[in-house]
Amino acid sequence: MKKLNEKVIKHILFGCGMVSIFITISILFILFKESALFFTHISPVDFFTGKQWTPLLKPQHFGILPLVSGTFLIVLFSSIISIPIGLLSAIYLSEYSNKKVRKIIKPILEILAGIPSIVYGFFALNIITPILKNLIPQTNIYNALSAAIAVGIMTIPMVLSLSEDSMQAVPKSLREGAYALGLTKLEVVFGVVIPASISGIISSFILAISRAIGETMIVALAAGSTPKLTLNPLESIQTMTGFIVQVSQGDIAKGTIESQTLYAVAMLLFIMTLIMNMLSRYVADKLREEY
Amino acid sequence: MNAIKLKNKEFINEKFNYNMNLKKRKIMNKIFHSILLASISLIILILIALFSDVFKKGISHVNVDFFLNYTSRIASKSGIRASILGSLWVNILTLLIAFPLGLGSAIYLEEYAPKNKLTNIIQVNISNLAGVPSIVYGILGLSLFVRTFGFGRSILSASLTMALLILPIIIVSSREALKTVPKELKEASYALGATKWDTITGVIIPYAIPGILTGTILAVSRAIGEAAPLVVVGGAAGIWFSPKGIFDEFTTLPLQIYNWASKPQAEFQNVASAGILVLLIVLISINLVAILLRNKYQDRIKQ
Repeated sequence: MKKLNEKVIKHILFGCGMVSIFITISILFILFKESALFFTHISPVDFFTGKQWTPLLKPQHFGILPLVSGTFLIVLFSSIISIPIGLLSAIYLSEYSNKKVRKIIKPILEILAGIPSIVYGFFALNIITPILKNLIPQTNIYNALSAAIAVGIMTIPMVLSLSEDSMQAVPKSLREGAYALGLTKLEVVFGVVIPASISGIISSFILAISRAIGETMIVALAAGSTPKLTLNPLESIQTMTGFIVQVSQGDIAKGTIESQTLYAVAMLLFIMTLIMNMLSRYVADKLREEY
Repeated sequence: MNAIKLKNKEFINEKFNYNMNLKKRKIMNKIFHSILLASISLIILILIALFSDVFKKGISHVNVDFFLNYTSRIASKSGIRASILGSLWVNILTLLIAFPLGLGSAIYLEEYAPKNKLTNIIQVNISNLAGVPSIVYGILGLSLFVRTFGFGRSILSASLTMALLILPIIIVSSREALKTVPKELKEASYALGATKWDTITGVIIPYAIPGILTGTILAVSRAIGEAAPLVVVGGAAGIWFSPKGIFDEFTTLPLQIYNWASKPQAEFQNVASAGILVLLIVLISINLVAILLRNKYQDRIKQ
Protein backbone atom coordinates (compact mmCIF):
# COMPACT_ATOMS: atom_id res chain seq x y z
CA MET A 1 0.00 0.00 0.00
CA LYS A 2 2.74 2.37 0.99
CA LYS A 3 4.73 1.49 -2.12
CA LEU A 4 1.72 2.13 -4.32
CA ASN A 5 1.28 5.56 -2.75
CA GLU A 6 4.92 6.35 -3.38
CA LYS A 7 4.44 5.53 -7.05
CA VAL A 8 1.33 7.64 -7.37
CA ILE A 9 3.11 10.57 -5.74
CA LYS A 10 6.04 10.22 -8.07
CA HIS A 11 3.73 10.36 -11.06
CA ILE A 12 1.89 13.40 -9.75
CA LEU A 13 5.19 15.22 -9.22
CA PHE A 14 6.33 14.22 -12.70
CA GLY A 15 3.09 15.72 -13.98
CA CYS A 16 3.93 19.01 -12.25
CA GLY A 17 7.33 18.98 -13.89
CA MET A 18 5.74 18.46 -17.28
CA VAL A 19 3.52 21.56 -16.92
CA SER A 20 6.39 23.75 -18.09
CA ILE A 21 6.69 21.65 -21.25
CA PHE A 22 2.94 21.99 -21.74
CA ILE A 23 3.19 25.78 -21.43
CA THR A 24 5.95 25.97 -24.01
CA ILE A 25 4.13 23.71 -26.45
CA SER A 26 0.95 25.77 -26.02
CA ILE A 27 2.80 29.03 -26.67
CA LEU A 28 4.51 27.64 -29.75
CA PHE A 29 1.38 25.94 -31.08
CA ILE A 30 -0.86 28.99 -30.66
CA LEU A 31 1.65 31.46 -32.07
CA PHE A 32 2.57 29.21 -35.02
CA LYS A 33 -1.00 28.32 -35.91
CA GLU A 34 -2.36 31.85 -35.99
CA SER A 35 0.77 33.28 -37.62
CA ALA A 36 0.53 30.63 -40.33
CA LEU A 37 -3.01 31.82 -41.05
CA PHE A 38 -1.72 35.39 -41.12
CA PHE A 39 0.94 34.48 -43.66
CA THR A 40 -1.61 32.89 -45.96
CA HIS A 41 -2.98 36.43 -46.43
CA ILE A 42 0.18 38.47 -46.24
CA SER A 43 3.43 37.37 -47.81
CA PRO A 44 6.33 37.12 -45.37
CA VAL A 45 8.41 39.28 -47.70
CA ASP A 46 5.90 42.14 -47.45
CA PHE A 47 5.69 41.60 -43.71
CA PHE A 48 9.41 41.81 -43.09
CA THR A 49 10.28 44.51 -45.62
CA GLY A 50 7.16 46.69 -45.67
CA LYS A 51 7.64 50.24 -44.43
CA GLN A 52 4.03 50.94 -43.50
CA TRP A 53 2.13 49.47 -40.58
CA THR A 54 -1.58 50.30 -40.59
CA PRO A 55 -3.42 47.04 -39.84
CA LEU A 56 -6.29 48.83 -38.11
CA LEU A 57 -6.90 51.45 -40.81
CA LYS A 58 -7.99 51.25 -44.43
CA PRO A 59 -6.02 50.77 -46.62
CA GLN A 60 -4.31 48.12 -44.51
CA HIS A 61 -0.54 47.77 -44.70
CA PHE A 62 1.32 45.01 -42.91
CA GLY A 63 4.98 46.02 -43.02
CA ILE A 64 6.53 45.31 -39.61
CA LEU A 65 9.59 47.58 -40.03
CA PRO A 66 8.04 50.60 -38.25
CA LEU A 67 7.31 48.47 -35.17
CA VAL A 68 10.79 46.93 -35.29
CA SER A 69 12.42 50.35 -35.61
CA GLY A 70 10.31 51.62 -32.70
CA THR A 71 11.45 48.69 -30.60
CA PHE A 72 15.03 49.28 -31.73
CA LEU A 73 14.89 52.92 -30.62
CA ILE A 74 13.73 51.86 -27.17
CA VAL A 75 16.47 49.22 -26.93
CA LEU A 76 19.20 51.58 -28.14
CA PHE A 77 18.45 54.47 -25.82
CA SER A 78 17.58 52.34 -22.81
CA SER A 79 20.90 50.50 -23.20
CA ILE A 80 22.79 53.79 -23.33
CA ILE A 81 21.38 54.40 -19.85
CA SER A 82 21.27 50.99 -18.23
CA ILE A 83 24.59 49.56 -19.41
CA PRO A 84 27.06 52.27 -18.28
CA ILE A 85 25.21 53.13 -15.06
CA GLY A 86 24.63 49.47 -14.23
CA LEU A 87 28.22 48.47 -14.93
CA LEU A 88 29.81 51.42 -13.13
CA SER A 89 27.63 50.87 -10.08
CA ALA A 90 28.47 47.17 -10.15
CA ILE A 91 32.19 48.02 -10.17
CA TYR A 92 31.62 50.38 -7.26
CA LEU A 93 29.74 47.84 -5.18
CA SER A 94 32.06 44.97 -5.98
CA GLU A 95 35.47 46.69 -5.82
CA TYR A 96 35.28 50.07 -4.11
CA SER A 97 32.53 50.16 -1.51
CA ASN A 98 32.85 48.80 1.99
CA LYS A 99 30.55 46.22 3.51
CA LYS A 100 28.34 48.73 5.30
CA VAL A 101 27.55 50.66 2.13
CA ARG A 102 26.76 47.43 0.30
CA LYS A 103 24.37 46.43 3.04
CA ILE A 104 22.41 49.64 2.55
CA ILE A 105 22.55 49.81 -1.23
CA LYS A 106 21.66 46.20 -2.02
CA PRO A 107 18.14 46.39 -0.52
CA ILE A 108 17.59 49.72 -2.30
CA LEU A 109 18.39 47.99 -5.56
CA GLU A 110 15.99 45.21 -4.71
CA ILE A 111 13.28 47.82 -4.21
CA LEU A 112 14.15 49.37 -7.56
CA ALA A 113 13.94 45.95 -9.23
CA GLY A 114 10.59 45.26 -7.58
CA ILE A 115 8.80 48.38 -8.85
CA PRO A 116 6.18 47.40 -11.45
CA SER A 117 6.73 48.65 -14.97
CA ILE A 118 3.42 50.52 -14.95
CA VAL A 119 4.92 52.79 -12.30
CA TYR A 120 7.93 53.48 -14.51
CA GLY A 121 5.50 54.24 -17.33
CA PHE A 122 3.78 56.82 -15.17
CA PHE A 123 7.19 58.18 -14.24
CA ALA A 124 8.09 58.53 -17.95
CA LEU A 125 4.89 60.36 -18.79
CA ASN A 126 4.79 62.64 -15.75
CA ILE A 127 8.40 63.42 -14.94
CA ILE A 128 10.72 62.53 -17.82
CA THR A 129 8.60 63.91 -20.65
CA PRO A 130 8.08 67.35 -19.03
CA ILE A 131 11.84 67.59 -18.39
CA LEU A 132 12.57 66.68 -22.01
CA LYS A 133 10.02 69.19 -23.27
CA ASN A 134 11.74 71.87 -21.23
CA LEU A 135 15.12 70.98 -22.70
CA ILE A 136 13.96 70.42 -26.29
CA PRO A 137 10.65 72.16 -27.04
CA GLN A 138 9.84 70.15 -30.19
CA THR A 139 9.56 66.93 -28.17
CA ASN A 140 6.26 65.14 -28.62
CA ILE A 141 4.11 64.43 -25.53
CA TYR A 142 4.41 60.78 -26.44
CA ASN A 143 7.98 60.06 -27.49
CA ALA A 144 10.43 57.19 -27.72
CA LEU A 145 13.13 58.85 -25.66
CA SER A 146 11.27 59.29 -22.39
CA ALA A 147 9.95 55.72 -22.61
CA ALA A 148 13.49 54.52 -23.33
CA ILE A 149 14.90 56.40 -20.36
CA ALA A 150 12.31 54.75 -18.10
CA VAL A 151 13.07 51.32 -19.57
CA GLY A 152 16.76 52.06 -19.02
CA ILE A 153 16.19 52.91 -15.37
CA MET A 154 14.10 49.78 -14.97
CA THR A 155 16.84 47.53 -16.36
CA ILE A 156 19.70 49.06 -14.34
CA PRO A 157 19.22 46.66 -11.40
CA MET A 158 19.40 43.70 -13.78
CA VAL A 159 22.73 44.77 -15.33
CA LEU A 160 24.02 45.77 -11.92
CA SER A 161 23.25 42.67 -9.92
CA LEU A 162 24.29 40.15 -12.59
CA SER A 163 27.55 41.99 -13.34
CA GLU A 164 28.28 42.37 -9.67
CA ASP A 165 27.72 38.65 -9.11
CA SER A 166 30.23 37.73 -11.79
CA MET A 167 32.78 40.25 -10.48
CA GLN A 168 32.39 38.80 -6.99
CA ALA A 169 33.15 35.38 -8.46
CA VAL A 170 36.63 36.50 -9.52
CA PRO A 171 39.02 34.93 -7.00
CA LYS A 172 40.69 37.26 -4.52
CA SER A 173 44.10 35.84 -5.34
CA LEU A 174 43.98 37.34 -8.84
CA ARG A 175 43.34 40.81 -7.43
CA GLU A 176 45.98 40.41 -4.75
CA GLY A 177 48.51 39.36 -7.36
CA ALA A 178 47.80 42.52 -9.28
CA TYR A 179 48.03 44.71 -6.20
CA ALA A 180 51.32 43.06 -5.34
CA LEU A 181 52.63 44.29 -8.67
CA GLY A 182 51.85 47.80 -7.52
CA LEU A 183 48.73 48.51 -9.52
CA THR A 184 46.06 50.97 -8.43
CA LYS A 185 42.46 49.93 -7.94
CA LEU A 186 41.47 51.40 -11.30
CA GLU A 187 44.13 49.34 -13.03
CA VAL A 188 43.10 46.19 -11.19
CA VAL A 189 39.50 46.74 -12.25
CA PHE A 190 40.29 47.14 -15.93
CA GLY A 191 43.28 44.82 -16.07
CA VAL A 192 42.02 41.92 -13.97
CA VAL A 193 38.45 42.03 -12.69
CA ILE A 194 36.61 43.01 -15.87
CA PRO A 195 38.55 40.70 -18.22
CA ALA A 196 38.00 37.82 -15.79
CA SER A 197 34.27 38.42 -15.47
CA ILE A 198 33.55 39.59 -19.01
CA SER A 199 31.26 36.67 -19.83
CA GLY A 200 28.89 37.45 -16.98
CA ILE A 201 28.99 41.16 -17.76
CA ILE A 202 28.15 40.71 -21.43
CA SER A 203 25.43 38.23 -20.65
CA SER A 204 23.86 40.77 -18.28
CA PHE A 205 23.87 43.33 -21.12
CA ILE A 206 22.14 40.90 -23.47
CA LEU A 207 19.52 40.07 -20.85
CA ALA A 208 18.84 43.77 -20.29
CA ILE A 209 18.35 44.22 -24.03
CA SER A 210 15.98 41.27 -24.10
CA ARG A 211 13.98 42.81 -21.28
CA ALA A 212 13.85 46.12 -23.15
CA ILE A 213 12.50 44.37 -26.26
CA GLY A 214 9.70 42.74 -24.27
CA GLU A 215 8.88 45.66 -21.97
CA THR A 216 5.27 46.63 -22.43
CA MET A 217 3.53 48.98 -20.00
CA ILE A 218 6.12 51.76 -20.19
CA VAL A 219 5.98 51.97 -23.97
CA ALA A 220 2.20 51.56 -24.01
CA LEU A 221 1.89 54.58 -21.75
CA ALA A 222 4.71 56.88 -22.83
CA ALA A 223 5.93 56.04 -26.34
CA GLY A 224 2.70 56.71 -28.21
CA SER A 225 0.88 54.65 -30.81
CA THR A 226 2.05 55.94 -34.16
CA PRO A 227 4.07 53.27 -35.96
CA LYS A 228 6.76 55.23 -37.72
CA LEU A 229 9.98 54.32 -39.47
CA THR A 230 12.17 56.91 -37.81
CA LEU A 231 15.39 57.22 -35.89
CA ASN A 232 14.31 60.42 -34.17
CA PRO A 233 13.70 59.49 -30.53
CA LEU A 234 11.71 62.66 -29.86
CA GLU A 235 8.84 61.50 -32.05
CA SER A 236 5.90 59.37 -31.09
CA ILE A 237 6.44 55.76 -32.21
CA GLN A 238 5.01 52.33 -31.56
CA THR A 239 6.80 49.16 -30.51
CA MET A 240 5.78 45.55 -31.07
CA THR A 241 4.53 45.23 -27.50
CA GLY A 242 2.79 48.61 -27.73
CA PHE A 243 0.87 47.39 -30.75
CA ILE A 244 -0.24 44.24 -28.93
CA VAL A 245 -1.62 46.33 -26.06
CA GLN A 246 -3.38 48.71 -28.45
CA VAL A 247 -5.11 45.89 -30.31
CA SER A 248 -5.99 44.02 -27.11
CA GLN A 249 -7.83 47.00 -25.72
CA GLY A 250 -10.23 47.04 -28.62
CA ASP A 251 -12.57 44.13 -29.10
CA ILE A 252 -10.93 42.16 -31.87
CA ALA A 253 -12.95 39.11 -32.90
CA LYS A 254 -11.25 35.77 -33.28
CA GLY A 255 -10.34 34.74 -36.82
CA THR A 256 -10.09 38.21 -38.32
CA ILE A 257 -6.91 39.38 -39.97
CA GLU A 258 -6.44 41.94 -37.16
CA SER A 259 -6.45 39.14 -34.62
CA GLN A 260 -3.99 37.07 -36.65
CA THR A 261 -1.74 40.13 -36.93
CA LEU A 262 -1.56 40.17 -33.14
CA TYR A 263 -0.16 36.65 -33.16
CA ALA A 264 2.33 37.35 -35.96
CA VAL A 265 3.76 40.26 -33.98
CA ALA A 266 3.78 38.22 -30.76
CA MET A 267 5.59 35.43 -32.58
CA LEU A 268 8.33 37.79 -33.78
CA LEU A 269 8.63 39.21 -30.26
CA PHE A 270 8.85 35.71 -28.79
CA ILE A 271 11.54 34.61 -31.26
CA MET A 272 13.61 37.76 -30.77
CA THR A 273 13.64 37.51 -26.98
CA LEU A 274 14.21 33.75 -27.07
CA ILE A 275 17.30 34.24 -29.25
CA MET A 276 18.60 36.95 -26.92
CA ASN A 277 18.04 34.82 -23.83
CA MET A 278 19.75 31.79 -25.34
CA LEU A 279 22.62 33.96 -26.55
CA SER A 280 23.00 35.34 -23.05
CA ARG A 281 23.20 31.87 -21.56
CA TYR A 282 25.62 30.76 -24.29
CA VAL A 283 27.93 33.72 -23.60
CA ALA A 284 27.81 33.09 -19.87
CA ASP A 285 28.74 29.42 -20.39
CA LYS A 286 31.22 29.55 -23.23
CA LEU A 287 33.25 32.62 -22.40
CA ARG A 288 33.53 31.79 -18.75
CA GLU A 289 37.08 31.77 -17.48
CA GLU A 290 38.03 28.71 -15.49
CA TYR A 291 39.93 29.45 -12.31
CA MET B 1 62.59 33.37 -14.49
CA ASN B 2 64.07 36.63 -15.70
CA ALA B 3 62.31 36.22 -19.00
CA ILE B 4 58.98 35.93 -17.26
CA LYS B 5 59.71 38.97 -15.14
CA LEU B 6 60.63 40.91 -18.22
CA LYS B 7 57.49 39.82 -19.99
CA ASN B 8 55.31 40.83 -17.07
CA LYS B 9 56.95 44.19 -16.93
CA GLU B 10 56.42 44.74 -20.64
CA PHE B 11 52.83 43.67 -20.26
CA ILE B 12 52.22 46.07 -17.45
CA ASN B 13 54.05 48.85 -19.24
CA GLU B 14 51.96 48.33 -22.29
CA LYS B 15 48.67 47.99 -20.55
CA PHE B 16 48.85 50.58 -17.84
CA ASN B 17 51.61 52.87 -18.87
CA TYR B 18 53.50 51.96 -15.73
CA ASN B 19 56.03 54.67 -16.37
CA MET B 20 53.37 57.27 -15.85
CA ASN B 21 54.22 58.58 -12.43
CA LEU B 22 52.48 57.14 -9.43
CA LYS B 23 50.83 60.41 -8.53
CA LYS B 24 49.07 60.62 -11.85
CA ARG B 25 47.88 57.02 -11.59
CA LYS B 26 46.52 57.66 -8.13
CA ILE B 27 44.68 60.74 -9.38
CA MET B 28 43.17 58.70 -12.22
CA ASN B 29 41.98 56.20 -9.65
CA LYS B 30 40.42 58.96 -7.58
CA ILE B 31 38.62 60.37 -10.62
CA PHE B 32 37.27 56.93 -11.47
CA HIS B 33 36.15 56.47 -7.89
CA SER B 34 34.12 59.67 -8.08
CA ILE B 35 32.54 58.60 -11.37
CA LEU B 36 31.46 55.37 -9.72
CA LEU B 37 30.06 57.22 -6.73
CA ALA B 38 28.19 59.55 -9.06
CA SER B 39 26.57 56.67 -10.89
CA ILE B 40 25.39 54.90 -7.75
CA SER B 41 24.14 58.22 -6.32
CA LEU B 42 22.23 58.78 -9.55
CA ILE B 43 20.33 55.54 -8.98
CA ILE B 44 19.43 56.57 -5.45
CA LEU B 45 18.43 60.06 -6.63
CA ILE B 46 16.15 58.56 -9.26
CA LEU B 47 14.50 56.41 -6.62
CA ILE B 48 13.99 59.43 -4.38
CA ALA B 49 12.64 61.52 -7.28
CA LEU B 50 10.22 58.76 -8.22
CA PHE B 51 8.89 58.32 -4.72
CA SER B 52 8.68 62.00 -3.84
CA ASP B 53 6.79 62.87 -7.02
CA VAL B 54 4.29 60.06 -6.55
CA PHE B 55 3.95 60.93 -2.89
CA LYS B 56 3.47 64.64 -3.53
CA LYS B 57 0.83 64.10 -6.18
CA GLY B 58 -0.94 61.18 -4.60
CA ILE B 59 -1.05 61.72 -0.86
CA SER B 60 -3.88 64.26 -0.88
CA HIS B 61 -6.10 61.78 -2.69
CA VAL B 62 -5.49 58.84 -0.37
CA ASN B 63 -8.30 58.80 2.17
CA VAL B 64 -11.02 56.42 3.33
CA ASP B 65 -13.24 57.24 0.35
CA PHE B 66 -10.42 56.36 -2.04
CA PHE B 67 -10.53 52.78 -0.73
CA LEU B 68 -14.33 52.56 -0.62
CA ASN B 69 -15.27 54.19 -3.95
CA TYR B 70 -15.45 52.51 -7.31
CA THR B 71 -13.82 54.29 -10.22
CA SER B 72 -15.66 57.27 -11.63
CA ARG B 73 -15.69 59.73 -14.51
CA ILE B 74 -15.04 62.43 -11.93
CA ALA B 75 -11.46 62.27 -10.71
CA SER B 76 -12.16 63.38 -7.15
CA LYS B 77 -14.74 60.60 -6.68
CA SER B 78 -12.57 57.84 -8.16
CA GLY B 79 -11.49 55.03 -5.88
CA ILE B 80 -9.83 51.65 -5.91
CA ARG B 81 -12.46 49.40 -4.34
CA ALA B 82 -13.00 47.21 -7.41
CA SER B 83 -9.31 47.01 -8.24
CA ILE B 84 -8.24 46.13 -4.69
CA LEU B 85 -10.83 43.36 -4.54
CA GLY B 86 -9.89 42.26 -8.06
CA SER B 87 -6.19 42.16 -7.16
CA LEU B 88 -7.01 40.08 -4.07
CA TRP B 89 -9.14 37.59 -6.01
CA VAL B 90 -6.69 37.25 -8.92
CA ASN B 91 -3.51 37.00 -6.85
CA ILE B 92 -4.82 34.63 -4.19
CA LEU B 93 -6.13 32.32 -6.89
CA THR B 94 -2.82 32.67 -8.78
CA LEU B 95 -0.97 31.62 -5.63
CA LEU B 96 -3.28 28.63 -5.07
CA ILE B 97 -2.61 27.42 -8.62
CA ALA B 98 1.08 28.23 -8.98
CA PHE B 99 2.41 27.23 -5.56
CA PRO B 100 1.52 23.50 -5.59
CA LEU B 101 2.52 23.15 -9.24
CA GLY B 102 5.79 25.00 -8.72
CA LEU B 103 6.74 23.18 -5.53
CA GLY B 104 5.76 19.84 -7.12
CA SER B 105 7.98 20.53 -10.13
CA ALA B 106 10.85 21.59 -7.93
CA ILE B 107 10.58 18.46 -5.76
CA TYR B 108 10.39 16.28 -8.84
CA LEU B 109 13.46 17.87 -10.43
CA GLU B 110 15.50 17.92 -7.20
CA GLU B 111 14.58 14.56 -5.66
CA TYR B 112 13.11 12.24 -8.28
CA ALA B 113 14.22 13.20 -11.79
CA PRO B 114 16.69 10.77 -13.39
CA LYS B 115 19.63 12.36 -15.18
CA ASN B 116 18.38 11.96 -18.73
CA LYS B 117 17.46 13.98 -21.77
CA LEU B 118 13.89 14.65 -20.70
CA THR B 119 15.01 16.12 -17.38
CA ASN B 120 17.51 18.25 -19.19
CA ILE B 121 14.85 19.49 -21.61
CA ILE B 122 12.55 20.38 -18.71
CA GLN B 123 15.33 22.34 -17.03
CA VAL B 124 16.39 24.32 -20.10
CA ASN B 125 12.76 24.89 -20.87
CA ILE B 126 12.01 26.38 -17.45
CA SER B 127 14.84 28.88 -17.74
CA ASN B 128 13.66 29.83 -21.22
CA LEU B 129 10.12 30.33 -19.95
CA ALA B 130 11.42 32.69 -17.29
CA GLY B 131 12.66 34.97 -20.09
CA VAL B 132 9.48 35.05 -22.17
CA PRO B 133 8.01 38.59 -22.19
CA SER B 134 4.96 38.79 -19.96
CA ILE B 135 2.74 40.04 -22.77
CA VAL B 136 3.28 36.75 -24.61
CA TYR B 137 1.75 35.02 -21.58
CA GLY B 138 -1.18 37.38 -22.10
CA ILE B 139 -1.58 36.10 -25.66
CA LEU B 140 -1.38 32.54 -24.35
CA GLY B 141 -4.02 33.25 -21.72
CA LEU B 142 -6.31 34.90 -24.24
CA SER B 143 -6.12 31.98 -26.65
CA LEU B 144 -6.09 29.15 -24.17
CA PHE B 145 -8.23 30.20 -21.22
CA VAL B 146 -10.46 32.97 -22.57
CA ARG B 147 -11.24 31.37 -25.92
CA THR B 148 -10.37 27.64 -26.05
CA PHE B 149 -11.48 26.69 -22.53
CA GLY B 150 -14.25 29.28 -22.64
CA PHE B 151 -13.55 30.88 -19.24
CA GLY B 152 -14.09 34.32 -20.79
CA ARG B 153 -12.52 37.53 -19.56
CA SER B 154 -12.77 36.34 -15.99
CA ILE B 155 -10.82 36.24 -12.75
CA LEU B 156 -10.12 32.57 -13.45
CA SER B 157 -8.53 33.28 -16.86
CA ALA B 158 -6.45 36.06 -15.33
CA SER B 159 -5.26 33.87 -12.45
CA LEU B 160 -4.35 30.94 -14.68
CA THR B 161 -2.38 33.27 -16.96
CA MET B 162 -0.54 34.84 -14.02
CA ALA B 163 0.13 31.40 -12.55
CA LEU B 164 1.88 30.30 -15.74
CA LEU B 165 3.87 33.54 -15.70
CA ILE B 166 5.22 33.11 -12.17
CA LEU B 167 5.58 29.32 -12.26
CA PRO B 168 9.20 29.38 -13.53
CA ILE B 169 10.18 31.81 -10.75
CA ILE B 170 8.65 29.59 -8.07
CA ILE B 171 10.27 26.45 -9.50
CA VAL B 172 13.75 27.99 -9.70
CA SER B 173 13.66 29.51 -6.21
CA SER B 174 12.17 26.38 -4.63
CA ARG B 175 14.89 24.26 -6.19
CA GLU B 176 17.52 26.57 -4.75
CA ALA B 177 15.91 26.14 -1.34
CA LEU B 178 15.69 22.34 -1.67
CA LYS B 179 19.37 22.22 -2.64
CA THR B 180 20.37 23.67 0.74
CA VAL B 181 19.02 20.69 2.68
CA PRO B 182 22.06 18.83 4.07
CA LYS B 183 22.55 15.30 2.78
CA GLU B 184 23.09 13.98 6.32
CA LEU B 185 19.52 14.90 7.27
CA LYS B 186 18.07 12.98 4.36
CA GLU B 187 20.30 9.96 4.99
CA ALA B 188 19.40 9.93 8.66
CA SER B 189 15.73 9.85 7.71
CA TYR B 190 16.23 6.97 5.29
CA ALA B 191 18.28 5.13 7.89
CA LEU B 192 15.27 5.26 10.22
CA GLY B 193 13.26 3.46 7.57
CA ALA B 194 11.32 6.43 6.24
CA THR B 195 10.16 6.28 2.64
CA LYS B 196 11.11 8.91 0.12
CA TRP B 197 7.81 10.76 0.49
CA ASP B 198 8.06 10.59 4.30
CA THR B 199 11.51 12.12 4.03
CA ILE B 200 10.30 14.85 1.70
CA THR B 201 7.35 15.86 3.86
CA GLY B 202 9.01 15.23 7.23
CA VAL B 203 12.55 16.46 6.67
CA ILE B 204 13.23 18.18 3.37
CA ILE B 205 10.24 20.53 3.09
CA PRO B 206 10.30 21.69 6.74
CA TYR B 207 13.98 22.51 6.37
CA ALA B 208 13.59 24.31 3.04
CA ILE B 209 10.26 26.03 3.68
CA PRO B 210 11.62 29.52 4.52
CA GLY B 211 13.52 29.60 1.23
CA ILE B 212 10.54 28.25 -0.68
CA LEU B 213 8.28 30.88 0.88
CA THR B 214 10.71 33.71 0.18
CA GLY B 215 10.81 32.80 -3.51
CA THR B 216 7.05 32.41 -3.65
CA ILE B 217 6.43 35.77 -1.98
CA LEU B 218 8.73 37.48 -4.49
CA ALA B 219 6.95 35.70 -7.35
CA VAL B 220 3.54 36.78 -6.09
CA SER B 221 4.73 40.36 -5.66
CA ARG B 222 5.71 40.23 -9.32
CA ALA B 223 2.18 39.06 -10.17
CA ILE B 224 0.61 41.81 -8.08
CA GLY B 225 2.42 44.48 -10.10
CA GLU B 226 1.99 42.98 -13.57
CA ALA B 227 -0.40 44.67 -15.94
CA ALA B 228 0.60 43.69 -19.49
CA PRO B 229 -0.77 40.10 -19.62
CA LEU B 230 -4.02 41.18 -17.98
CA VAL B 231 -4.59 43.91 -20.55
CA VAL B 232 -4.46 41.21 -23.23
CA VAL B 233 -6.56 38.72 -21.25
CA GLY B 234 -9.15 41.43 -20.95
CA GLY B 235 -9.13 43.15 -17.59
CA ALA B 236 -11.87 45.73 -17.86
CA ALA B 237 -11.17 49.40 -17.28
CA GLY B 238 -14.33 50.25 -15.40
CA ILE B 239 -15.79 47.79 -12.91
CA TRP B 240 -18.55 49.17 -10.74
CA PHE B 241 -19.24 46.11 -8.62
CA SER B 242 -17.38 43.79 -6.25
CA PRO B 243 -16.52 40.42 -7.75
CA LYS B 244 -18.49 37.50 -6.27
CA GLY B 245 -16.83 34.54 -7.93
CA ILE B 246 -14.07 33.35 -10.21
CA PHE B 247 -16.12 33.78 -13.38
CA ASP B 248 -16.75 37.48 -12.79
CA GLU B 249 -15.08 40.21 -14.79
CA PHE B 250 -12.17 41.86 -13.09
CA THR B 251 -9.82 44.76 -12.86
CA THR B 252 -6.66 44.95 -10.77
CA LEU B 253 -4.73 47.79 -9.19
CA PRO B 254 -2.06 48.06 -11.94
CA LEU B 255 -4.77 47.96 -14.63
CA GLN B 256 -6.69 50.70 -12.87
CA ILE B 257 -3.52 52.78 -12.60
CA TYR B 258 -2.83 52.27 -16.31
CA ASN B 259 -6.35 53.38 -17.10
CA TRP B 260 -6.06 56.53 -15.02
CA ALA B 261 -2.53 57.34 -16.19
CA SER B 262 -3.58 57.20 -19.84
CA LYS B 263 -6.27 59.83 -19.30
CA PRO B 264 -5.20 63.29 -20.44
CA GLN B 265 -6.67 65.27 -17.49
CA ALA B 266 -4.18 66.31 -14.83
CA GLU B 267 -6.55 65.41 -11.95
CA PHE B 268 -6.51 61.79 -13.07
CA GLN B 269 -2.70 61.81 -12.92
CA ASN B 270 -3.05 62.62 -9.23
CA VAL B 271 -5.53 59.78 -8.79
CA ALA B 272 -3.07 57.49 -10.60
CA SER B 273 -0.34 58.66 -8.19
CA ALA B 274 -2.57 57.76 -5.26
CA GLY B 275 -3.10 54.30 -6.74
CA ILE B 276 0.65 53.91 -7.26
CA LEU B 277 1.26 54.95 -3.67
CA VAL B 278 -1.02 52.17 -2.43
CA LEU B 279 0.50 49.64 -4.83
CA LEU B 280 4.07 50.51 -3.83
CA ILE B 281 3.29 50.36 -0.13
CA VAL B 282 1.74 46.91 -0.59
CA LEU B 283 4.69 45.68 -2.67
CA ILE B 284 7.37 47.11 -0.41
CA SER B 285 5.77 45.57 2.70
CA ILE B 286 5.56 42.20 0.93
CA ASN B 287 9.19 42.43 -0.18
CA LEU B 288 10.22 43.44 3.31
CA VAL B 289 8.61 40.28 4.68
CA ALA B 290 10.54 38.25 2.10
CA ILE B 291 13.84 39.93 2.98
CA LEU B 292 13.29 39.44 6.73
CA LEU B 293 12.39 35.80 6.14
CA ARG B 294 15.51 35.29 4.07
CA ASN B 295 17.75 36.92 6.65
CA LYS B 296 16.36 34.68 9.36
CA TYR B 297 16.87 31.70 7.12
CA GLN B 298 20.48 32.58 6.36
CA ASP B 299 21.21 32.82 10.06
CA ARG B 300 19.89 29.32 10.58
CA ILE B 301 22.20 27.90 7.92
CA LYS B 302 25.19 29.48 9.64
CA GLN B 303 24.45 27.79 12.97
